[in-house]
Amino acid sequence: MTDLLKLTAKDFKSDQEVRWCPGCGDYAILAAVQGFLPELGIARENIVFVSGIGCSSRFPYYLNTYGMHSIHGRAPAIATGLASSRPDLSVWVITGDGDALSIGGNHLIHALRRNVNLKILLFNNRIYGLTKGQYSPTSEPGKITKSTPMGSLDEPFRPLSLALGAEAGFVARTIDSDRKHLTSVLRAAAEHQGTALVEIYQNCNIFNDGAFEVLKDPETRDSALLRLEHGQPYTVNGEEHVHDVTDPDPTRAFALSRLSEPTPIGVLRAVERPSYDRQLNAQLEQAVTERGEGDLGALLSGSDTWMVR
Amino acid sequence: MREAHVVTSRVEEPGSTFDESPGQRSPAKGVRRLDRVVIRFAGDSGDGMQLTGDRFTSETAGFGNDLSTLPNFPAEIRAPAGTLPGVSSFQLHFADHDILTPGDAPDVLVAMNPAALKANLADLPRGAEIIVNTDEFTKRALSKVGWQADPLDDGTLQEYRVHPVALTTLTVEALKETSLARKDAERAKNMFALGLLSWMYHRPTEGTETFLRSKFAKKPDIAEANVLAFRAGWNYGETTESFAVSYEVAPAAKAFTPGRYRNISGNLALAYGLIAASKQSGLSLFLGSYPITPASDILHELSKHKNFGVRTFQAEDEIAGIGAALGAAFGGALGVTTTSGPGIALKSETIGLAVSLELPLVVVDIQRGGPSTGLPTKTEQADLLQAMFGRNGEAPVPIVAPASPGECFTMALEAARIALTYRTPVFLLSDGYLANGSEPWRVPELSELPDLRVEFATEPNAPDGSGDFWPYLRDPETLARPWAVPGTPGLEHRVGGIEKQDGTGNISYDPANHDHMVRTRQAKIDGIAVPDLTVDDPSGDADLLVLGWGSTFGPIAAGVRRARAAGGKVAQAHLRHLNPFPANLGEVLGRYERVLVPEMNLGQLAMLLRARYLVDARSFTQVSGMPFKAAQLAAVISEALDD
Repeated sequence: MTDLLKLTAKDFKSDQEVRWCPGCGDYAILAAVQGFLPELGIARENIVFVSGIGCSSRFPYYLNTYGMHSIHGRAPAIATGLASSRPDLSVWVITGDGDALSIGGNHLIHALRRNVNLKILLFNNRIYGLTKGQYSPTSEPGKITKSTPMGSLDEPFRPLSLALGAEAGFVARTIDSDRKHLTSVLRAAAEHQGTALVEIYQNCNIFNDGAFEVLKDPETRDSALLRLEHGQPYTVNGEEHVHDVTDPDPTRAFALSRLSEPTPIGVLRAVERPSYDRQLNAQLEQAVTERGEGDLGALLSGSDTWMVR
Repeated sequence: MREAHVVTSRVEEPGSTFDESPGQRSPAKGVRRLDRVVIRFAGDSGDGMQLTGDRFTSETAGFGNDLSTLPNFPAEIRAPAGTLPGVSSFQLHFADHDILTPGDAPDVLVAMNPAALKANLADLPRGAEIIVNTDEFTKRALSKVGWQADPLDDGTLQEYRVHPVALTTLTVEALKETSLARKDAERAKNMFALGLLSWMYHRPTEGTETFLRSKFAKKPDIAEANVLAFRAGWNYGETTESFAVSYEVAPAAKAFTPGRYRNISGNLALAYGLIAASKQSGLSLFLGSYPITPASDILHELSKHKNFGVRTFQAEDEIAGIGAALGAAFGGALGVTTTSGPGIALKSETIGLAVSLELPLVVVDIQRGGPSTGLPTKTEQADLLQAMFGRNGEAPVPIVAPASPGECFTMALEAARIALTYRTPVFLLSDGYLANGSEPWRVPELSELPDLRVEFATEPNAPDGSGDFWPYLRDPETLARPWAVPGTPGLEHRVGGIEKQDGTGNISYDPANHDHMVRTRQAKIDGIAVPDLTVDDPSGDADLLVLGWGSTFGPIAAGVRRARAAGGKVAQAHLRHLNPFPANLGEVLGRYERVLVPEMNLGQLAMLLRARYLVDARSFTQVSGMPFKAAQLAAVISEALDD
C-alpha cells in the first residue's frame, strides 16, 4: 500500500517523456495536477485518468496512476462505465474543445445530466492542435485557419453555458498559467460529488498563440477577469451581486457563463444532487434486500418447467 | 414453480382442469391422433397475437411436445388497423417427435380479420383449416384489403376447411355479466380464440389461467374477463357442431434426454447465459446498451436482475453503450454490449479500441435484415463479414454463433470464456429468428456450467527485475496480456489505442514492433482453442456435405433428414465458431466431393471458406427476412445429390 502521507508530485509522474510542443499550456496544467493529486489523499492505484484524442488527451500517459487513452470523443462514455461499476475509484476525464464539444458532444452532455461521479477537465485552446490547426467549436466566428481560409462561419459554443444547459451540477473555469487558481478549482471539483466540468483556458502556442493573452497580461488581466468567490460580491453592468455557487436556480450561473467582458473565472455553480453511480449501486443493494442474492438455479428453471424421465 | 409434469403417453384431459362448468369432454365428439401440427395465429398488431401464441406455446411445452416457434410482426407498433402491413402472426410447430423448424406451412390458420386472412392465405396448403373471426368481415374491412366480395362466400376458400366463428360477438356475449365496457370485452377475443384452439388440441389450460391472473393482478376484473373468454372459447369448441373432432398430439417423450425442461426464447437464453457467465467468472456483469430491435429484450431482461449484481446502463447512443462496457471491463467487470447490425456499424471504432487494449468484452449482434435500417423485425445473417472485417486496420475478433434459441445460453458462456481467457472482444452473432423463436430447453445443472474464473494481475511482472508492471507481457500459451484492474497497488499503468511496445505497453511507433504487434494480435485470435467440428454422416460414405452456421441449423437439418429419407447420402455439419474456425474444418471440407452452404445472405461464409480452404463451396442463399423452409432445402440438397 502506498503511504498516502508521503506522496508528492513526483509520485504522480510517470516514466514517460512528455511530448507536447515546447511552450504548450499543457505543461503547466500537468504540473498543477501532479502537484494537486497528493492533496486528494487517495492512493495512486485508486485514481484513473481517461482521455479521448487530441493533444490534451496524451495527459494520462504522463501520470503514474491507472489511465486510458481512448478514442476521439468517447472518454466520458468509457469513464461512465468505469465510475458506475467502480464507485471506489476517483475517475478523471481529460478532454479538449474538439474532443469534448465536437465529436464527443453527445457523451459530454449526457454525462453531465446523468451526474456520474467524474471530474472532467476540458482544455480549451479554441483550435485543433493535433491535426495542425483547423478551427474548433470554440473558435471565434470568422477564424482564419487552414480549413477556413475565408473565415469560419459557425457560432462557437460557450462550454459552460452548454454544460449548464445540460443540467451540470458543477461548472468552473480557470486558466493554465494561474497555478494557484487552477489548483483551487481542481480542489473544488474533486470535493464535488457528481460530474464536475472544469474549463481550462489553455494556450496553443503553435496554432492559436495568445488566444487568452488579455486574461494573462498583467497590464490587462485585472480589468479583463472577473474572479468569482463564493459568498463574495461582484459587479456586472453596474449591478452588484453576491456570488452563491449553491443557488439551485441556474439562471445567475448561466448569465455568468455568457459573459466575456469581463471573463468570469472560478466556480460558477456547485449544486449537489445524487450521483448516477451511487443511485445505480443503491438499486443493486435494494434489489438484494428485497429479493435476496440472485439464485442462478432458480432463475434458469423459471416458474414453468416439466420433467422428462 | 408449477408442479413438475411427468411426461407419459397419456393425454391429459383439459376439461378436468376447470373448477366449474364445462366439465368433461363430450364422448360424442371424435378424437384424432396427429404426429405434428403447425398453427399460425394471425391478426392485427393490436389483437394480441404474440401473447396468444406465447400462451399456446407454454401450454404445449408444458404438455411435453417438442416445438418450435416463429413470431412474425411488423416494425410499426400499431400500423393502421385492418391493413395488410399491420398483420402480426405467430407460428407454432409441435409434435410427438423431435422437430427442427417452426414448420414450412400452417395446417391451421387463425385469422382475426380479413387482412390476416389475405396476408397468410398464400402460405396455406390445400386442405388446411382456417378459423376466421366473421365479425370482422365487414364491407369496410374487406375493402381495406382490396376484396370486393366476401371471400367467405365467393368460393375463394373452397380448397380449405373453413370454420366461421363470430369470435367478437361470442366473446362479448360471454362477458356480458361482467362490468366491462363493450370495447374492453372485445379485446379479450384473442383469449376466446386461444380457448378454442386449446380445446381443439387438448392443451392443458391451468397454466394460462394462472398466467392471466398474475398478468392482470392489479386489474382483477380484466383478469377474470380474460379467463372467462378463454373458458368460453374452450366450451364453444366442445358444444358447437362446427367442430366435430379434436386432435391429440402425444408428448414427444423420445425427443428429449431426461431432465428438467422449460420453454425458452433465444434472447431470454442469451440474457441468462450472460448472468451465468457473470456467476461462473465471479465478475459483476455490466451491460451498456442502446435500445434497438431485435436486441432490446436482452436489456429489458438483464435490467430485472440487479440482485445478481447486474448493472444495466441505457446509454445515449450505441457508441456510449459499448464505451461504457469497455470502461467497466477496464475496471474488472464482465463488459457486454448488445445491439443489431446498425449498432455494430456505430460501435466499430470502440471494438477496434478493445482489440488494441486487449480487454475482454462481449459484443452481441442480434442480426436483422439490412442494409441500413433494413427490416428491423425480420431475420438475416448478413453481418458475418461485418463482424469478421468491419474495422480499420488488422483487428481480428473471435466470432461465435448459436444454432438454436436454447443454444444462445451456451454460446453466451462460450463468448465470455473466450473474451476472458484471451482478453479480447468477442462477437456473438444471433439473429431475429433465434431471438424471438422458442423451443423446449433442458435446464442445465449448475455443476454442468464451465468454470470461468479469472485471475487478475496482482504483482509487478517486469522480466528485468525492475519491479515495474508490464501490461503487455503475454501469457506464452494464450498470448493474453495480464488484466490489472484499478485499485491494485503497484500495477498502475496506462493503455491506449496508439500502438504500443509489446511487453512494456509504452507508446511505440517502431516499424518492426508494429509488424510484430499486428501479427501477435492475429496469432492470439488464430490460436484460440475451439472444439472440433463434428459431422453427422450416418451412411458414412456421403459425397455431399451441407455446412451451415447460426440459425439455419433447424431448416438445414430438417432438409437433410428429408433427403436421407428419400435415400440420399448426405453429411451435415454446423459451425458455432466462425473465427477462428475449428482446426479440423479444412480436413472435413476435403473429405467431400461437394460442399453446399445455405445462408441467409449472399454467400458470406462460402466466401470465407473458398478464400481460406480453396474449396469449391457452393452457396444456396435467401435474403427474404424469413428463415429457410425444410422443403426448400430438401429440394436443393436433392438437386445437389443429383449433380
